[in-house]
Amino acid sequence: MPQEDRRKKRLDRGVKVRTEGIYAISAPRDIAYLLIPRLVLILGLLILPLLLQNIYWQKVLCIICVFGLLSLSFNFLTHFVGIVNLGNAFFVGVGGYTSAVLQSSFKLSPVLSIIAGTFGGALISTTLLLPCLPARGIYFAIASLMYPLLFPRIIEALNIFGGTDGVIGITTFPNIWVDQYLVIIVLLVTLFALRRLVNEDFGLILRGIKDNDQAIRASGIGVTWYKTQGLFIASAIGCFTGAYLVHLYGWAGISLFGLDFSIFPIAVSVVGGSGALVGSVVGSLILVPMSETLRAFGTLRIMIYCLILVGFITLKPEGLMRYFTRKYEQFEHWTRV
Amino acid sequence: MGILIYSVVVSITLLLTAIGFALVYGVSRLANFAHGGLYILTGYLVWGFLNKLGVNYIGATILSLIIVAVVGATIYQFVLKRVRGMPESEIIASFSLALGIMEGLRSLGLVGFAYTIPVFVRGTVVVAGVPVDWQRLIIIGVGLGVVAFLWVFTHYTKPGLALRAMAQDERAAMMLGIDSDLMAVVCLALGSALAAVAAITILPLGNITVETGYNVLIYAVAVCVIGGLGSWPGAVVAAFILGFAQILTTAYLSPQWHMVVVLLAILLTFIVKPSGLLGRQKQLEERV
Repeated sequence: MPQEDRRKKRLDRGVKVRTEGIYAISAPRDIAYLLIPRLVLILGLLILPLLLQNIYWQKVLCIICVFGLLSLSFNFLTHFVGIVNLGNAFFVGVGGYTSAVLQSSFKLSPVLSIIAGTFGGALISTTLLLPCLPARGIYFAIASLMYPLLFPRIIEALNIFGGTDGVIGITTFPNIWVDQYLVIIVLLVTLFALRRLVNEDFGLILRGIKDNDQAIRASGIGVTWYKTQGLFIASAIGCFTGAYLVHLYGWAGISLFGLDFSIFPIAVSVVGGSGALVGSVVGSLILVPMSETLRAFGTLRIMIYCLILVGFITLKPEGLMRYFTRKYEQFEHWTRV
Repeated sequence: MGILIYSVVVSITLLLTAIGFALVYGVSRLANFAHGGLYILTGYLVWGFLNKLGVNYIGATILSLIIVAVVGATIYQFVLKRVRGMPESEIIASFSLALGIMEGLRSLGLVGFAYTIPVFVRGTVVVAGVPVDWQRLIIIGVGLGVVAFLWVFTHYTKPGLALRAMAQDERAAMMLGIDSDLMAVVCLALGSALAAVAAITILPLGNITVETGYNVLIYAVAVCVIGGLGSWPGAVVAAFILGFAQILTTAYLSPQWHMVVVLLAILLTFIVKPSGLLGRQKQLEERV
């Protein structure tokens, strides 16, 4: 067939249609269809630390999960709440510093200080971002871009929290297994909890706000309040990664506000698949090891991420995960127009 | 008196950096985050032409202007055009382009104090008892010139009128036979050239550093947000407010607080009047 008078026809696979309702549990094949992708992800992530012998790659796995979490937070904010946050590093920094300061001044146990860093940090960053929340799109993007650039300067200018040296001497985790499994389990729980959440009423309202906030307001629902809740959830995820990183390295510094933490999660979620939450984890599993192998290039790495990002967003805007989902759920063939 | 004069200089500086961004956003509703990257790119281009290729000063500036304008047009044609109408993708794409340009320049090793471009005229002059160097006076001149040029361009020339028509109602403009994609390319080229003009006039005052790119982006955006996105008179007013606020903080606090002042100004704008000082468009939609 010549190129111009054909188009791709897509049909759902029978098994996909059958497994949409309660009848999914009627046949082993249908159950397998539903369970296999999920189990591959869960078991794969849980077994991966046992397979990696090298301590370097075990640390890389931790970073993969950290960026997976950050990207989940970005993905959730962008595609379900409708606010583009260019300053993920702000969450990392606030969570990290909160946790580090609490730990070093009150000698809290790591468990408590991570929890305090997560929720305290989320509270702080949500409060600070609150004035920007009524703004949408580019307005919020600009303001959120400024926060992580601003805070290191304030810390330097006031010389608080250890100034440029950062907060040192923070208790680290007892061993590498705690390092890995803590963040893996948090990642999996967050992923599935968010997936559940966006299909609840709460998620429906959030998506409604994204698509048409005037309509939501006309239904008598307070838009800003729901946005605040969404922002709190996203910032709690971001702050957790900050608190975790601080305890992983035993140190909190202004590099927590660094550009890597802002741009890399965006790249991860675009490559993984915008709007598909699992895409964040998949994207992170691909991009972080790649970035580790590019470490020799120094700051050229950031340029490479940017090129990948621009390439994906213009040429393959659906991302990898959507592509795979489509292949899994549908078959497609060419038909004459 | 010194405070007054330097405030005016800083205000015009801000205005110069912001006007290209305001133009692009006003016409095509595209937030060109690559603005800071283009600004800094111009600096390095001029430096490269002068010191590596031995082109004379006028040639170097004109060549850099043309190259940056072409880069801006290319960015629209190959990247932004494909994602128009999707705000998230627009922001992400242009922001990552900006980062790509700036971090690419950084990784080429273009960091240090060696990178400066010459001033137009050396020396200082005493204005009302305050010594001011010529370059700063030239900034004021160029700034006013650019504003005047833009006003004439958008009020009395055909492409300028077409740009304004697009800013007001893109569909109606298309019905009148204005090619909206072509005009957006022109607009991005013009906006990038304005960034380049700003770079050529302002950068001689200091070193060319990659951080300048980020600052320029933030200040440009701040000016536009405070003035009202897409409103040029607003940008002028906001540039003066921010300029005076900055000099006053430097005089009475310390320069580290510049950014804080900018952020506070933005937040205040969001709280009090989200559409900006003189922004009229989309007032209802932005405020939810």
